[in-house]
Amino acid sequence: MSDSIQKQKESLAALNEDYESKYGFSDPVDYFHKGAKGINHEVVEMITKMKKEPRWMADIRHEALDIFLSKPMPAWGDIKLINEIDFDNIYYFMKPIENQQNSWDDVPDYIKKTFDRLGIPEAEKNFLGGVSAQYESEVVYHSMKEELKEQGVLFLDMDSALREHPDIVKKYFGTIIPMTDNKFAALNTAVWSGGSFIYVPPGVQVTVPLQAYFRINAENMGQFERTLIIADKGARIHYIEGCTAPTYSTDSLHSAVVEVLALEDSNIRYTTIQNWSRNIFNLVTKRANAHARSTVEWVDGNLGSRLTMKYPCIQLLGEGARGEILSVALAGTDQHLDAGAKVIHVAPNTSSRITSKSISKGNGRASYRGLAKVHKNATGAKLAVECDALLIGEEARSDTYPTIEVDAKNVAVEHEARVSKVAEEQLFYLTSRGLTEDDARLLIVNGFMEPFTKELPLEYAVELNRLIELEMEGSIG
Amino acid sequence: MSDKSTLFKFDNISVTVEGKQVVNSVSLNIKRGEVHAIMGPNGSGKSSLSNALMGHPAYNITNGQAALDGVDILGMAADERSRAGLFLAFQYPLAIPGVTVANFMRTALQAHRGKDADMADFRKLFKKKMADLSIDPTFATRYLNDGFSGGEKKRIEILQLSVLDPKMAILDETDSGLDIDALKEVSKGINEYRNNNNAVLMVTHYQRLLNYVKPDFVHVMMDGRLVTSGGPELALKLEDQGYEWVEKEFGQKAEA
Repeated sequence: MSDSIQKQKESLAALNEDYESKYGFSDPVDYFHKGAKGINHEVVEMITKMKKEPRWMADIRHEALDIFLSKPMPAWGDIKLINEIDFDNIYYFMKPIENQQNSWDDVPDYIKKTFDRLGIPEAEKNFLGGVSAQYESEVVYHSMKEELKEQGVLFLDMDSALREHPDIVKKYFGTIIPMTDNKFAALNTAVWSGGSFIYVPPGVQVTVPLQAYFRINAENMGQFERTLIIADKGARIHYIEGCTAPTYSTDSLHSAVVEVLALEDSNIRYTTIQNWSRNIFNLVTKRANAHARSTVEWVDGNLGSRLTMKYPCIQLLGEGARGEILSVALAGTDQHLDAGAKVIHVAPNTSSRITSKSISKGNGRASYRGLAKVHKNATGAKLAVECDALLIGEEARSDTYPTIEVDAKNVAVEHEARVSKVAEEQLFYLTSRGLTEDDARLLIVNGFMEPFTKELPLEYAVELNRLIELEMEGSIG
Repeated sequence: MSDKSTLFKFDNISVTVEGKQVVNSVSLNIKRGEVHAIMGPNGSGKSSLSNALMGHPAYNITNGQAALDGVDILGMAADERSRAGLFLAFQYPLAIPGVTVANFMRTALQAHRGKDADMADFRKLFKKKMADLSIDPTFATRYLNDGFSGGEKKRIEILQLSVLDPKMAILDETDSGLDIDALKEVSKGINEYRNNNNAVLMVTHYQRLLNYVKPDFVHVMMDGRLVTSGGPELALKLEDQGYEWVEKEFGQKAEA
């Protein structure tokens, strides 16, 4: 029996606040720069000028804006909800402070307080190799441990990376997710700001996670961070991102683009714990290219938001590359989480595993939408897709839209999909041992999530279980 | 035996499941330190009685009273009955994927002793009980009943019994699906649990468990009624002659 479970349990017992008080607060901010609402070429030009970007980036932004404006809204997913987004009623760029800081002491108090409440400086001290904290459009705090710098690891916000390493950025920006990929990728490319840039040199093993935290504070805010992670040959990196926002009556938009490149023999794990408030539209494009013998893992935890549409993708481009996507979604009342995964096998002897777990409760709706494709040359590919849905209550809804296309020979495919309800018999079994019905239900849900939570660093597993507990609290009559 | 006080007493218990009567006016008085066995053919209502007494929401007690240590339990939900000291070892224990045996046991013990209970103490207790029941320590980190064999599940039920140490244990077909070695281990666990302050009610189709856990009283259930009672010799007679004679002798009475 491990102490970690014990610690987890204690943390769960000790904490009993709700989203409102823990994350739902907002700061009254005197922004350094707050543009006007709406999107056009002037806004794009203002962003690129304020950032003093090279012309080639400005050109990319303008081109992307034209693509965004010309592309129709997606005709799939939750069409009704997604069309509620009012692009004219969104701030596309808000700069909270003039300059980024690398000491928490220099970050304005109200912002520092926010991240204190979210536990970021504490986590940084205890177990992280580096931290980036983004507030609205820009990263306000950034630091990385000296020894990582000495090993040549680059961990910067994307804006700084463009200034300090323009060649690398220019070489890779938009190569994994082109601006034409989808309407929201185009939008992000036009107005991107902040996000993380990581480069790990050949053979360097980063054993402590690097973390970025994304906080939306303002109402009707659009957050468009842009992240690029490159693990050079034989390198290893674990990147973690967390997201929260205050609760407002009108909606905000979070539309990130994340490009991940795993060169030969490298290993990248990308962990997300998003816990957006229920007024956030979360439309994110994440894709990784995995070269020969490399491993890419997306560990993707989705709580909160009004609508999430997110399908982390791995393109297995080199022989022997391996991809794993492990995602969970918890859809509460009035929420739709349309999450899934994509794996594209291009090279021979590549392998992938998709594990998707969703919980729907109240009238919440969780959808799994997945694509597993094996191209003609990817002989000997192995892929496994497992979808597991848990329904709580009579109105909860779960849908599965799996697509598997195999064009190669000698391919092993496993596919499993299950939908279960928290069974009366299970509840009776646990309550007959003295657990209240709420505790019994929570234990079943935590157990259902366990294959996911056990992949998280302990601190995050505790946090996730606590979030689930909050979501579950009093949710059932 | 006359100096022993009543621990668990139920009177005229009737139970329906989905409107169908499955237990008909059953009464029993169990004193501290006693072992009772209810035997009966399949479908006689034994398991329904056990589930109803534990508070299964699908088993509706339409009539009767039940008191544990003088406290009425019928108004209580299953978890309250558990915390009051009642225990049911399940005939078919359910799997709870993702929840380890250790985590589950700790959560259950905390439910009984309060969240501030000494967990160092729990670790010791849990380890010792696992060893007593010859349960491989790796079971602590396995998911509860997930992929366990029938025998492993029953051992884990008895592990729960010995960790929670209830006043009153109802064991529903605990011997079913056990090979002889497992039966001995499980019986040993039950015997170690027993003392002068608690009591056991075994519900079983066969008498073989009763070779290892000696009952003071044997009751026979037919068609939802307790039709006859006796000592251990009654179990032997059932083993020897089957249930046919019971049916002949009491069947009509049960239908009446």
